[in-house]
Amino acid sequence: MTYIGQSVKRVEDKRFTTGKGKYTDDIKLVGMTHAHIVRSPYAHAIIKSIDIDTALAHPGVVAIFTGKDIAAAGINGVPAGWQVNFKDGTTMKEPPHPLLVADRVKHVGDGIAVIIAEDLATARDAADLIEIDYEVLPAVTNPAEAVKAGAPQVHDNAPNNICFDWELGNPKAEVDAAIAASHHVTRLDLVNQRMAPNAIEPRSAIGHYDDSKDKFTLYTTSQNPHLTRLLMCAFVLGIPEHKVQVIAPDVGGGFGSKIFHYIEEALVIWASKQIGRPIKWTSTRSEAFLTDAHGRDHVTTAEMGFDKEGKVTALRVSTFANLGAYISTFAPAVPTYLHGTLLQGLYTTPKIHVDVTAVFTHTNAVDAYRGAGRPEATYLLERLMDTAALEMGMDPAELRFKNFIPAFDGVTQPGYQTQVALQYDSGNYEPVLERGLEMVGYENFRKEQAEARKNGKLLGIGFSTYIEACGIAPSAVVGALGARAGLYESAQVRVQPTGKVSVFTGSHSHGQGHETTFAQVVADRLGIAMEDIDIVHGDSDSVAFGMGTYGSRSLAVGGSAIVKSIDKVLEKGAKIAAHKLEAAEEDLEYAGGRWTVKGTDKSIGFGDIALTAYVPHDYPAGLEPGLDFSSFYDPANFTYPFGCHIAIVEVDADTGKVTLKRFIAVDDVGNVINPMIVDGQIHGGLAQGIGQAMLEGVAYDAEGQLMTGSFMDYAMPRADDLPSFEIDRKVTPCPHNPLGVKGAGEAGCIGSTPAVVNAVMDALTPFGIIKNLEMPMTPQRVWRAMHQK
Amino acid sequence: MIPANFEYHRAGSVDEALSLLAQPDVYTKVLSGGHSLIPALKLRLSQPGALVDIARIAELRYIRQDGNYILIGSTSTHKDIANSALLAQHIAMLPEAAGLIGDPQVRNVGTIGGSIAHADPAADWPGVLLAADAEIVLRSQAGSRTLAAQDFFLGFYSTALQEGEIVTEIRVPIPAAGTKSTYQKFMQPASRFAIVGCAAVVQVSNGTCSKVRVAFNGVADACFRDVNVENALAGKAPTAENIAAAAAQAAQGVSILSDHYAAEDYRKHLAEVYAKRALTVVAG
Amino acid sequence: MSVKISVSINGKKYTSEVEPRQLLVYHLREALGLTGSHVGCDTSSCGACTVLVDGQAVKSCTTLAAQVDGCNVITVEGLAKNGSLHPIQEGFKEEHGLQCGFCTPGMIMAAADLLQNNPDPSETEIRHALEGNFCRCTGYHNIVRSIQWAANKLKETNAAVL
Repeated sequence: MTYIGQSVKRVEDKRFTTGKGKYTDDIKLVGMTHAHIVRSPYAHAIIKSIDIDTALAHPGVVAIFTGKDIAAAGINGVPAGWQVNFKDGTTMKEPPHPLLVADRVKHVGDGIAVIIAEDLATARDAADLIEIDYEVLPAVTNPAEAVKAGAPQVHDNAPNNICFDWELGNPKAEVDAAIAASHHVTRLDLVNQRMAPNAIEPRSAIGHYDDSKDKFTLYTTSQNPHLTRLLMCAFVLGIPEHKVQVIAPDVGGGFGSKIFHYIEEALVIWASKQIGRPIKWTSTRSEAFLTDAHGRDHVTTAEMGFDKEGKVTALRVSTFANLGAYISTFAPAVPTYLHGTLLQGLYTTPKIHVDVTAVFTHTNAVDAYRGAGRPEATYLLERLMDTAALEMGMDPAELRFKNFIPAFDGVTQPGYQTQVALQYDSGNYEPVLERGLEMVGYENFRKEQAEARKNGKLLGIGFSTYIEACGIAPSAVVGALGARAGLYESAQVRVQPTGKVSVFTGSHSHGQGHETTFAQVVADRLGIAMEDIDIVHGDSDSVAFGMGTYGSRSLAVGGSAIVKSIDKVLEKGAKIAAHKLEAAEEDLEYAGGRWTVKGTDKSIGFGDIALTAYVPHDYPAGLEPGLDFSSFYDPANFTYPFGCHIAIVEVDADTGKVTLKRFIAVDDVGNVINPMIVDGQIHGGLAQGIGQAMLEGVAYDAEGQLMTGSFMDYAMPRADDLPSFEIDRKVTPCPHNPLGVKGAGEAGCIGSTPAVVNAVMDALTPFGIIKNLEMPMTPQRVWRAMHQK
Repeated sequence: MIPANFEYHRAGSVDEALSLLAQPDVYTKVLSGGHSLIPALKLRLSQPGALVDIARIAELRYIRQDGNYILIGSTSTHKDIANSALLAQHIAMLPEAAGLIGDPQVRNVGTIGGSIAHADPAADWPGVLLAADAEIVLRSQAGSRTLAAQDFFLGFYSTALQEGEIVTEIRVPIPAAGTKSTYQKFMQPASRFAIVGCAAVVQVSNGTCSKVRVAFNGVADACFRDVNVENALAGKAPTAENIAAAAAQAAQGVSILSDHYAAEDYRKHLAEVYAKRALTVVAG
Repeated sequence: MSVKISVSINGKKYTSEVEPRQLLVYHLREALGLTGSHVGCDTSSCGACTVLVDGQAVKSCTTLAAQVDGCNVITVEGLAKNGSLHPIQEGFKEEHGLQCGFCTPGMIMAAADLLQNNPDPSETEIRHALEGNFCRCTGYHNIVRSIQWAANKLKETNAAVL
């Protein structure tokens, strides 16, 4: 049986479809208390006094801690996991993010006090009994405004609210000159709006201190339990890592927001020792909107130069990136190394310069959200391409064909060296666009569109041909770029005496189906049945180490680590088999779960070898018993999936309402282990990318109040907002990992957004070339754009 | 999200509900489907001392014809109304509007009486009942009174409902033969409440529009009949030009709401667009 | 202060004392250990808590436990019979209608309501019937197919939804 390449049904689904999934909030520990966090209602204010006495006396309240208690305990704030330096080499400004604020709150939702009670209702009731006196101060929320003279300051030690400035690419003077010499320059002022990740499972954390073992257990909704343990132990609480077990059980979606180490995790751990009982905290959706790290929030000016033939001559980008009030775990990497480095796109642009200013504002922290930096890069590139095509009177597909990097496989041909540091691994870009045009029926569509316009119907088509960097990535490279952690992955393959296999992976599934995909890989490599394999993840006491799941890295990095361990199992297995079969190792071949002496019918099965390894009576001299191997895999490069997304929209001429009629996606994510799961990843990514274009957007008012703080105000795609998707794929294998895979988790989200906006721009061409389309393209905004009101 | 605590009483009859509601010194709210009240309780925007649950009072859940009226018991759910063949036959905008409220789960439980007592300016029923010329029956221990919808809806979350009173029935006059009605809604994309909801009723006979009634939800701080639109079309032929001219009168002289999704000018524009769409359905 | 309720849940009768303010979803999760119904929002928007009360889909986060006294409640835990998945559950597995699984119980219960009322829904009808349920993982594409799969299976086997 071959599993790789088959749409094997997911082994996870029985528990999830029957309500037997075990998410953090489903866990109940003996003696468990419940926490409610009192949060700032103001974006910027001095806490003049807090009176907790009445609340503390409320029946059922166990304890209340405030920022003063945290400060008195000497607890450091939550650290950044990535350091980016200023252009002049000085270190970025890194103000602390305290677990609870004692003096000055810096965004709506900043934690002020934690109330711990026998049950959640009591904790919530007691919150109404806490009195806090604030002195409200002016706030700033827009990053471009925050850097101006006189803007309210978020931190005392970050002048002009600047965390760092940064640049990448060719020397700026060369790019300026190339732009100046261009036949045509397309310029766009873009806002890549702030997004709320909104995994449907809210964050939750249970802290449990067991004094009999002097050991802590943290159950948490994390994509990244080992990193959470490392950051919490070594940087926040100063407790020994071997005394802390972090368990991320079933996790209900993450989309980036559950990568990071949050204050509540450290809070429940610390407080559980103070009160000697377990504490559960579960976020409400309202709190999630206020405190789950948001995504995107770039204010950008982008200019692209072209020669007479439409070849891109240069790209110049300047971006203000909003970090929010505090630096979240990976925040500095997102607008820099995950954004600036992707500005080559799929094009041969010879000169590129990008300038980024990372800014503090009185808003919730911004960090990686599905795609993380790459959607921002793709958005500006692809908006520029379609806009330039309109301005130059060229076909947008043709303009792309003219500028594509020629195909290279990364094996017989070298990788493609970009102007912005990265070297692409393998690529073949024309076929994805060709296939997209074929699927959409491009020529027919243009006829239909012309016909529709005669009847006053506004139909439009938009393109996006994107590339992303996934499988993040070689540790040495990311270390040089400021990462404070390595970005490898670990895997242990433990063959049990009966030949059954337990695999311990540092990747963490929160919807991606690792228990299925990884088992397919293991089953094929070992030639055994999937049923004989168990995939274990998300428990720091079981899994040696892990860097978690994000950046479409699980299969490319985590899967490769598993393959490495399997190779070791087979290598040792061959030694035992050679001994048992009385043959030389090099005379053996392994297939279908058996070692066979080549050219004979002498063979021995995997199960027999496993048993022999654990019952080593008749065994090779000098060989250790057991069949259990760990590996760490550090990739040689990022992987570079790419693809073509095409949207067809209709705009209601009366109201400005956009209806997405069709969406075509042709993605090349390298080799595919489980097509069903990969398609599912693409679908989900598309919905989020389309959601950004059409519906979603976090909005703060001038005082820093969140105007989109619930599902009643923050619009997210529902089933009837979307069509069925039309998807296909091409396969250009990754040349540098053993599975040839590139990663599929973010592709849908990266390519789709500009395609939809471009389609609306195309639909509105009867009103002129409308460049100031802002996302989300609400009916009101589109109506205003049409009428320039 | 946990409400503050309260007492809970389930009433088996209207009389029992009224006596529970009349308890002195306890701020008591009526609970029907709960889909307006419970969200407010969870956010602690409303903190009553007691709830009287009327959802199971059998005598309050019916849709039946009585002479020239269709009577709707106040605890009839949106789903009951959406599925009513009687209403579909006589005044289609009621089932049409019911099917556009919230989502299936909300429609299964939410009631027309609860919705109108709450009087959210963006809710769907108020404008529909205005355009239907409906009457609202209220009962208290002092007796029963019937108000025209016009006199029931007073303003922003405000109705003529007095303390100790319960909405028991909505009386919808059956329009004359040849009358058509519709409800057209432009939804806020997150909440799916109305940014603009336009209910329109028109009788077309002998090539002329009569009995024109047009009402809006979502446009102002309360639902309202739009007499300017009505007058502009009454007595005219149902041509596209006349409909457009009448729709152009929409929302004149009212104070128009403005929010994140629709500023005043855009909302007014939508009112015109939706008046035109609704009138085109019923008269075009 | 507390209210005594007696409720049939997944065919089993439970009698409990509850605070009047206790929401059905917390009663199911905390008191009865039926953690398949999930809480994903505060505003009756996400549908992850959907259960059937007397055969109809309702949001258990917007229902007081006291309101279902005497009612028949079915949660996602009550669908599979004798260890085999209900056709809707099977459909979600066959057509990859779930990823993280958190919205799935609510989706399945909403689908049960739909298929009871409309055994042969079109894609448009399915999408409309799911307007009270958010999924952040699947883009709904395969959820639609899962429900179509279940509808076909129910038809082929001539089985009632419940």
